[in-house]
Amino acid sequence: MTDPRLTALGRRSLLAGAAAAPVLMTLDQARAQGVAPRRGGTLTTMLTPEPPVLVLGVNNQGPTLVAASKIYQGLVKFSPTLEPLPELAKSWSVSEDKRTYTFELQPNVKWHDGRPFTAEDVRFSIMEFHMQLAPRARGVFQRITDVRINNDHSISFTLNAPFEPFLLMFDVTACAIAPSHIYKGTDFRNNPANARPIGTGPFQFVEWQRGNFIRMRRFDDYWKPGQPYLDEIIYRIIPDSQSRRLALQTGQVQLSQANDIEPFDIPQFETLPNTQVVKTGWEYFAPLSWIEVNQRLDVLKDVRFRRAMAHAIDRNFIAQRLWFGTAKAATSPIASGTRFHDPNARLPEFNPRAATALLDEMGLRPNAQGVRHSVKLLTLPYGEVWTRLSEYLRQALRQVGIDVTLESTDAGGWVRRLANWEYELTVNFVYQFGDPTLGVARTYISSNIQKIAFTNTSGYSNPEIDRLFDEAQAEPETAKRAEIFKQVQAKLIADMPLIWTIELLFPTVHDRRLRNVIQLGTGVHASFDDVFFAA
Amino acid sequence: MADFWRRFRRNIGAVVGLVILVLVGLTAVLAPIVFPFSPWEMRGVPFMPPGEMGFLLGSDSLGRDVAAGIAHGTLVSLLVGGVSTVVALAIGITLGAVAGYAGGRVDDAVMRFTEFFQTIPSFVLAVVLVAIFTPSITSIVIAIAIVSWPPVTRVVRAEFLSLRSREFVQAAEVLGRSRIAIMLTEILPNALSPIIVLSSLMVATAILLESALSFLGLGDPNLMSWGFMIGAGRSVIRLAWWMSVFPGIAIFLTVLALNLVGEGLNDALNPRLARRRGMVVT
Repeated sequence: MTDPRLTALGRRSLLAGAAAAPVLMTLDQARAQGVAPRRGGTLTTMLTPEPPVLVLGVNNQGPTLVAASKIYQGLVKFSPTLEPLPELAKSWSVSEDKRTYTFELQPNVKWHDGRPFTAEDVRFSIMEFHMQLAPRARGVFQRITDVRINNDHSISFTLNAPFEPFLLMFDVTACAIAPSHIYKGTDFRNNPANARPIGTGPFQFVEWQRGNFIRMRRFDDYWKPGQPYLDEIIYRIIPDSQSRRLALQTGQVQLSQANDIEPFDIPQFETLPNTQVVKTGWEYFAPLSWIEVNQRLDVLKDVRFRRAMAHAIDRNFIAQRLWFGTAKAATSPIASGTRFHDPNARLPEFNPRAATALLDEMGLRPNAQGVRHSVKLLTLPYGEVWTRLSEYLRQALRQVGIDVTLESTDAGGWVRRLANWEYELTVNFVYQFGDPTLGVARTYISSNIQKIAFTNTSGYSNPEIDRLFDEAQAEPETAKRAEIFKQVQAKLIADMPLIWTIELLFPTVHDRRLRNVIQLGTGVHASFDDVFFAA
Repeated sequence: MADFWRRFRRNIGAVVGLVILVLVGLTAVLAPIVFPFSPWEMRGVPFMPPGEMGFLLGSDSLGRDVAAGIAHGTLVSLLVGGVSTVVALAIGITLGAVAGYAGGRVDDAVMRFTEFFQTIPSFVLAVVLVAIFTPSITSIVIAIAIVSWPPVTRVVRAEFLSLRSREFVQAAEVLGRSRIAIMLTEILPNALSPIIVLSSLMVATAILLESALSFLGLGDPNLMSWGFMIGAGRSVIRLAWWMSVFPGIAIFLTVLALNLVGEGLNDALNPRLARRRGMVVT
């Protein structure tokens, strides 16, 4: 077993100390380098767009996850190789039959209102709070048949069948532990307490001036002694990307996350002396972008046409020239940060001649203008770089005789048309959530062909793929799952249901004095309890 | 005609404007010959400054030729300006003529309708219309026409009101000519000069409107236009100023030329007004 990802979740019993070593080391490493953590200082950063509410579960959009992950915590967190590390759970074990998971919780954890954190909060969060609010969590937690609270700091969940990626659902971004004493028996979405979130995290909510900033203060009763190091975190709302760039450049803010900074501005920050660009920290989400192909349409449902498209597109050009190196060329339908990514998988190489050969074989001959077939591409309305991508795709496909007409819409219109299958080609990107069963299967299995965005909207259907994803889901052994997913990747690449293009890296830019920012596979979604400003 | 040309020539600005306009027209015609490739084609290294690697005016973020974009965009801008003005004139003249000639309740109804459109900020209305009809060259032309006809109606109505009580119109009525014939052949030719002046300015406004819409990303995604180029270059202006500056100059010169020509036309068609402004007309 060479890939640590493959072993991590399958170990029968994981003791926190052993598993946590690689990441908890970082503080010692920092000390070894002569930079001891320093108390004090205010981290000013930004948030785009402004979230509607800061309670995880009630809202799970990108900006909410970034800010609220400082207030709330999950049972576990994940290393860059997606190994589970202790957070609110100090250790856990899996039973012999792989159906019962027992979590031993950290003692002495307090909620921001001073109440003690207990196993009941965990039970409530999983079985009631997220079960009701979050569809993704519900899909997994529905498998729980029995919950046992062993004592105030120990809880066991029994599943109806083994489910190997179970632990991946316990990150703060998937299942933040919510206070049962505040939410139990209430209408979660409309609870007045949502205005002032109460969590167990290192920072507690102070104030929120809508359209201006969100302020959080160090929680003095935080369960890790002496931590957090920062006194305050301020999230400023800056809607214009050029103002954000300027604020970061002048040091008014010391950290940017997700897509705060446009890709074309990143190279500049790489050369500035006071900032640092980090391109890791999204392994857990592993956003993969592709051209979605509506396979209900003639010609588009022919695999040769889709392969021709894949041959016509230079994925490296997209990653380097359009995303300025803040993306990397995709190599497989399973993103490289995700577990079970096959490093030997290969997509059709950039070769326009191979593309025209395939189109010739299909009988699509060029007309007087050199056009073999005409298609419409619905542009992804997520900002400038995505518009440039559509323009590139139109030119690249035109080179092989595929004439592309661009259609533009607003964000709402795009989601509606994708969900209603009213498109020919469109561009999309989707998170893979660490495990193919959690984040990849939904795009390809025929039982998920639904009129809902981010399901199998392309209408791809292959009984063999359905069977393999089913098997992988039921398979308790990590190694066997790896074998199945290898087959899945080979078959998907042969079928080319979508034209995979790039993996987005979402670079984080931060002040060089700011330490320990990106240490996890969830990057800026860490609690920041060990982040500090070096002198 | 010679007289007209003599009067037009006296306004130096107008002549300069006309020269620029002819050059702009030539650019539109010659674009496919000078740049015999699509303006969307990626022809080299992105962000090349003007003059390097064969890019006269530099290359953009995808390595597309800015000069080719401007040249090919000329036709789009002139086309949008011209067609939308024609459509706006058709609506405006029809309504204005009916209102001015018929008078009474018809006049009231038409003018209230016109005022309704005049009270809505025209750019906002254009944005809404294009957003509803999804951006395409047709929807943009229609949107611009819909927001620009009301002034035409008012001008035409005023002309018709003053002309309809003249003796030659009454004579035509006595001769028993149909109303439509009177409107088209008797009154309209005499009301043409303000319409011509107005329409030259409307073309300029339409070009600006189209550029503003494209700048906001509401342009036709399949047509290279000046506004689109500025919009695409705006965010990288510190990195590649040429991407937005040159299309900006193109818009500036074209709109300025149209305004100068409009001024000249006004002088040529209304000699008395020109004299009042201190110009010597012989």
